[in-house]
Amino acid sequence: MQRAVAAAEQLAILALARADGLPAFAADGALSSWEVFGQQLVTGLSNGMIIALIAIGYTMVYGIVELINFAHGDLCMLGAFFALTAVGALGMSEWGGAGGAVGLVSLLVATAFFCGALNWSINRLAYRPLRKASKLSLLVSAIGASFILVNLGLFWGGMPMDVFAGGNSSAAPKAFPALVEPEPAAHLGDVIVSRPDVLVLLVTVPLMGALTWLVRFTKLGKAMRAVAQNPTAAALMGIDVERVIGATFFIGGSLGGFATVVYSIYNQTVSFQMGYRMGMDAFIAAVLGGIGNLPGAVLGGLLIGVVRAMSDQYIETRWTNAVVFGILILILVFRPSGLLGAKLREKV
Amino acid sequence: MTAADRQPLLRVHGLKCSFGQAEVLHGVHLDVFPGEIVSLIGANGAGKSTTLMCISRIHRAAGRIEFAGEDLSRLAPEQVVRRGLVQVPEGRRIFPRLTVRENLEMGAFIRSDRDGIAADLDRIFGMFPILKERAAQQGGTLSGGEQQMLAIGRALMSRPKMLMMDEPSMGIAPILVAKIFDTVRNVLRAQGMTILLVEQNANAALRMSDRAYVLETGNIVLSGTGDELLRDPRVRAAYLGH
Repeated sequence: MQRAVAAAEQLAILALARADGLPAFAADGALSSWEVFGQQLVTGLSNGMIIALIAIGYTMVYGIVELINFAHGDLCMLGAFFALTAVGALGMSEWGGAGGAVGLVSLLVATAFFCGALNWSINRLAYRPLRKASKLSLLVSAIGASFILVNLGLFWGGMPMDVFAGGNSSAAPKAFPALVEPEPAAHLGDVIVSRPDVLVLLVTVPLMGALTWLVRFTKLGKAMRAVAQNPTAAALMGIDVERVIGATFFIGGSLGGFATVVYSIYNQTVSFQMGYRMGMDAFIAAVLGGIGNLPGAVLGGLLIGVVRAMSDQYIETRWTNAVVFGILILILVFRPSGLLGAKLREKV
Repeated sequence: MTAADRQPLLRVHGLKCSFGQAEVLHGVHLDVFPGEIVSLIGANGAGKSTTLMCISRIHRAAGRIEFAGEDLSRLAPEQVVRRGLVQVPEGRRIFPRLTVRENLEMGAFIRSDRDGIAADLDRIFGMFPILKERAAQQGGTLSGGEQQMLAIGRALMSRPKMLMMDEPSMGIAPILVAKIFDTVRNVLRAQGMTILLVEQNANAALRMSDRAYVLETGNIVLSGTGDELLRDPRVRAAYLGH
């Protein structure tokens, strides 16, 4: 719900900014229905790109060890806490201009590294010892890891720092500073593309391109695909399977780290419960696109983002989760392999 | 032969392997000398594939596995490949959604000499021209025989000292079986490759082998040269259908 509220606020801010800049506004002050649709489309696509980046983390891990890593959303949540701590400790919200840009890039990279290393460690501690156990044991271990991360987040939220409200209420949502001000960056007709929208594009698109290149053309990427397709054969070719799996967790986690910084800036709030929402949206996106399929995760993410925005606008925000989960049920019933998934596999 | 030649390249001693409570290998002994083709024959379920998987360190096993004088029994599977002992597994196990070329590149995973890899790729394409034609195709679209060629080529890409081949004739059109056996007999032998061959087609296997072992329910029950075993009445009765 927080994001819906934040999105609505942002829309209001944008509408105000527009009203200031454009006095020749319609007399009743309302946006036309097409402008509303366009504005929601922009919001939906931006959130969708963030969801997609997180969904890639689900789908990569599923592709290689057939595990729905339920800790992934909560990993992103801890990444947001890490980023907020860094922002607070370094006073980054006061940095402007070039320093601010360098700071933002450093924050993205540091959070990505934090999430990647954390995901690698979770695999090492919670999943790797169960490699030969049943898939169900692995899934239960993932749910356990998720609980641990949520509680770490709750603990972290009580840190005596200004950005955590002095540690007075560890469970309360924290405001994430607007490192990129929600001001208009471009106008497409009457639809405003805000600076955070541009940030989302600038972060997600190059990362998706880099990942595609890595998976298709590098030795590591080919080894990742080989391990996903036949781990025994990969071992017989001299591939250190566990190392490749570890690298997959690191890369998937670090994409979540990038995503969570952008998400926090875009939605301006973090809480220890945000991982559940981020994780569920991304998981549904990954299933919708066809789990294990990278382009599918991106397509699914965009669709979920847009569906959320449209549901917020045209149905009601309180029904949005029902709409999104309804989609999950429909896919699982009618097309369990997802939109781009080719073949049916047993899902856990 | 000099004494040095008589050092086995691969020595397996007292190999025992269990799945749960059931012991399936009860102490397998076998030696493979440099440049030899040795086959391991036996009925379904005798433990032939398990033996190879234990040597490749995919399955846990007790006993000694020495390769080029080094004990393999504590190594990980990828380290065995790095020592120069590589397997062409049963059922080929190619990577179905990697292209033929990528499959071959994965065979060279342990190497980083780009020029050498490119030269070996050409060598494999020369050995199996059909693979060159299909280089950009996904491995899973190949016929069984083509996949077997790909699996052999992929194993050779690591530049092994020794190949272990598990049932290369299984489920393959007879004309391609002939091509594959011809490759083993003529091309690989001419290169001095040492081969441990597991085959159900005992007749063909014994004909191309220097020596052979017969595995029965987890024990080596017979061994000898290929000719000796071809004439052995027990082998003829049990495996050659005479």
